[in-house]
Amino acid sequence: MTPDRFFDLFSALEADLGGGEVLFAGLGAERSDFVRLSQNRVRQAGSVDTADLGLTLIDGARQVEGSCQLGGDAAGDLGRARALLGQLRQRIAHVPDDPFLHYSREPASSERRIDADLPRPEEAVGTLTDLADGLDLVGIWAAGDVVEALASSVGHRHWHASRSFNLDWSCYLDRDKAVKASYCGFDWQPEQLRHKLDHQRADLAVLGRPARRIEPGRYRAYLAPAALQELMDLLAWGGFGLRDHRTQQTPLLKLATGEAQLSPMLTVIEEHKRGLAPGFTAEGFTKPEQVSLIEEGWYQDCLADARSAKEYDAAVNAAAEYPESLAIAPGDLATAEALRQLDTGILIGNLWYGNWSDRNACRMTGMTRFGTFWVEHGEPVAPLAVMRFDDSLYHLLGDRLEGLTQERELLLSAETYDGRSTDSALLPGALVSGIDLAL
Amino acid sequence: MSTATAVSPEPRPDELRAVARRFADAAPACDYWTLRLVDEVHEGLAVRDDVPEPSSIAASRGAMVTIVADGGLGYAATADLSPAGLAAAAERAASAAALHARLGLFDAKLAPRSGVRDEYHSPVEQPWAQMTLADKLGLLGDACARLDRGERIVERAAWLGHRRVNQLLVSSDGAHIDQTFEYVHSGLAATAHINGQTQTRTGGGHDRPGQGGLERLATAALLADAERVAGEAIALCEAPECPSGQMDLLLLPSQMTLQIHESIGHPLELDRILGDERNYAGLSFVTPDMLGTYRYGSSLLNVTFDPTLPGEVASYAADDDGTPARRVHLIRDGILERPLGGELSQRRARLSGTACARACAWDRPPIDRMANINLVPNEEGLDEMIARVERGVLMDTNRSWSIDDSRNKFQFSCQLGRLIEDGELKGLVRNPGYRGVSARFWRSLDGVGNPETLEVRGVQNCGKGEPNQSVYVGHASPPCLFRDIDVFGGGL
Repeated sequence: MTPDRFFDLFSALEADLGGGEVLFAGLGAERSDFVRLSQNRVRQAGSVDTADLGLTLIDGARQVEGSCQLGGDAAGDLGRARALLGQLRQRIAHVPDDPFLHYSREPASSERRIDADLPRPEEAVGTLTDLADGLDLVGIWAAGDVVEALASSVGHRHWHASRSFNLDWSCYLDRDKAVKASYCGFDWQPEQLRHKLDHQRADLAVLGRPARRIEPGRYRAYLAPAALQELMDLLAWGGFGLRDHRTQQTPLLKLATGEAQLSPMLTVIEEHKRGLAPGFTAEGFTKPEQVSLIEEGWYQDCLADARSAKEYDAAVNAAAEYPESLAIAPGDLATAEALRQLDTGILIGNLWYGNWSDRNACRMTGMTRFGTFWVEHGEPVAPLAVMRFDDSLYHLLGDRLEGLTQERELLLSAETYDGRSTDSALLPGALVSGIDLAL
Repeated sequence: MSTATAVSPEPRPDELRAVARRFADAAPACDYWTLRLVDEVHEGLAVRDDVPEPSSIAASRGAMVTIVADGGLGYAATADLSPAGLAAAAERAASAAALHARLGLFDAKLAPRSGVRDEYHSPVEQPWAQMTLADKLGLLGDACARLDRGERIVERAAWLGHRRVNQLLVSSDGAHIDQTFEYVHSGLAATAHINGQTQTRTGGGHDRPGQGGLERLATAALLADAERVAGEAIALCEAPECPSGQMDLLLLPSQMTLQIHESIGHPLELDRILGDERNYAGLSFVTPDMLGTYRYGSSLLNVTFDPTLPGEVASYAADDDGTPARRVHLIRDGILERPLGGELSQRRARLSGTACARACAWDRPPIDRMANINLVPNEEGLDEMIARVERGVLMDTNRSWSIDDSRNKFQFSCQLGRLIEDGELKGLVRNPGYRGVSARFWRSLDGVGNPETLEVRGVQNCGKGEPNQSVYVGHASPPCLFRDIDVFGGGL
């Protein structure tokens, strides 16, 4: 799908509108190659070509939504879009006024293209399997074009296209002993891949030592950026949304009301400008460059989508009420010093399957996974058998936070449930004086 | 293809058959091909705090082409169902097959071939279209209003949804499997906030997905359940925390669903056992040598794979590889019998499995999934099990789930707990949770409810696979009693 094709399709629909009707059209499209690997061989290879058209028809204070798949031929796509618009027109007569209807009345346009010179899947996967020779590598190569676009009868014309690759993999030693890495971006450089695999080979050498088993209890720990990401991903589930705050469901309620505080070292920002997600919302609003969520441990702003903004009389500052481009401000701990300051404890490379133990207490549970080591005198000495943590962020990022690293990692989401995600996070590592392990 | 209706109120099997015929007439030269055509529609309605949310309709129609050629297996998905579009997809699939042939994990000769001809239709007594949009919104408005208990309830919602999937699978071996799945689901949620404590209770059918039509609303009891849901949300805010310690645990079917799903269903998936899922969903503590001998649970534990139960959410005639579905035991009298794996995984592992290669949509390839994984009832009534507990907690409706990548160490929480003391049910407790290890937990099973206590439920968000896929999975279970479990409550 090209910008001309999409905007031409919209113009044809717009010509059908009645006097009081307003129409918003969103496009979500991708053309992706997916190659799954296991045991450093191809498990499943294929490609996906999708284009989903979403329409919102507004008439007075009423609105209805619908979507359909576009097939690729202009006449057929226009026919499907017109049919959908006709169905929405039939439905809108039967729905009541929507007091929270909210869309941008200001025409705006933007175009952002992030291009890449991608290798063909056979070249990328061939290079990977060669470089990983001898390793038990399992993972996925995902690459291609992702498009999000918006047009409206108000006058919005936005086009956001990116071409990228995301190689997400783990190397296994035995059973659940593994290290994980990813290599993603726009400029395919096999040398960078080689460097990452060399680093994994070194970690696998430590993983080969007998695993250390520890009893449940509280342990000093260093959480690598990928481990911190799991905590922040869970916190994103209801933590920052305006609706979650106004209905008192946010796990950060005690922070928002001043009953609890997080560490003064913690500053959390939604960085729309830095992120890879579109800079516009489905209702035509332009996102601000950034939203300060937590500043030096105190709660600041919520993320408000158009509907909540109308309901609670706030400004729209997000497409949805969860972070898409989260960042935590760096600290003053050099990453190279982190294990020395940890001294004896746990190096947690990744956490996995986080969920809430008690949202009221911002208490979460999850598992250690991938590259988690027992550290003595600042040196990883043995892999750690997987352990379950159950602890509150008011402790982990509050009174037990000893430091955040100066260096941060940009972590691009490998999620593909609703198409290839454009979410990302820019995170430091975190040194904590204690994390409670329960099982 | 006709373009007259984007979100068709009726299935269009004739259109899919015409596309399939055109594809077969110009089929690509290869060792074997399949074409899986999917025509899917959704409708979603919700009322929140007495305000209808924007109603939505959605249609998705597309094709998955699979090609086996020269020892390789590849796929390509497209929404362009024209002859040229499908031919282009077949070319892309052939290119992927060539990559697999060069660097593949297995020889594509192991790929299953199907010549099955069959059809399946969900049992629907009252079609979705029989009720007008205005009446549906009216029903939701009434249900939402019934959740109103004053300012202590801080958010109320009622919802209703419909999904219909028409799928046609054809192959170069003559397979022609035409299946139409139809689902109507509903739900209620009330969130209360009192003195710094927030609690949410759900009901109205929210965790009881199933196949069928509007007749399902009768059992969902959208209106009748509202008072209970709101009342319990308030009561939970005012209840004491669930006690912590080792004690007996009585799980109602609303939590057994999750317990079965996470610590029986997922560990038995053969692609996990083979290692395919290790980068994302994980592996399994189950190994092939355990099959036939491993004591998974007490002798009361009997679990089936049963995609034949009418109305259960993952019933079908054949899986997405075209393998006919049949009921088999996974665990019998506590002993592990077979894993959950489709034909390809079975051949790679040289093990028996199940017809469970499933895809979430037309744009994803089939992988090993659960379908309906059901726990077989025994003989006890719920009251009889309660009477056998000296000190314990009854837990109702899953709230939180977490389990390790081998599907062993788990921690689950429920919406509602109720103390059991000296054989009697006592007061509510809030934030109830428990943790354990799958390999030991099921051996502590000491009571299984009778057929009258069986409830057919399921989940609508079972995720795994790379690229990611989310599918519906059914679980039927009676309440079950477990001894000496690590139970805990909330708080910092």
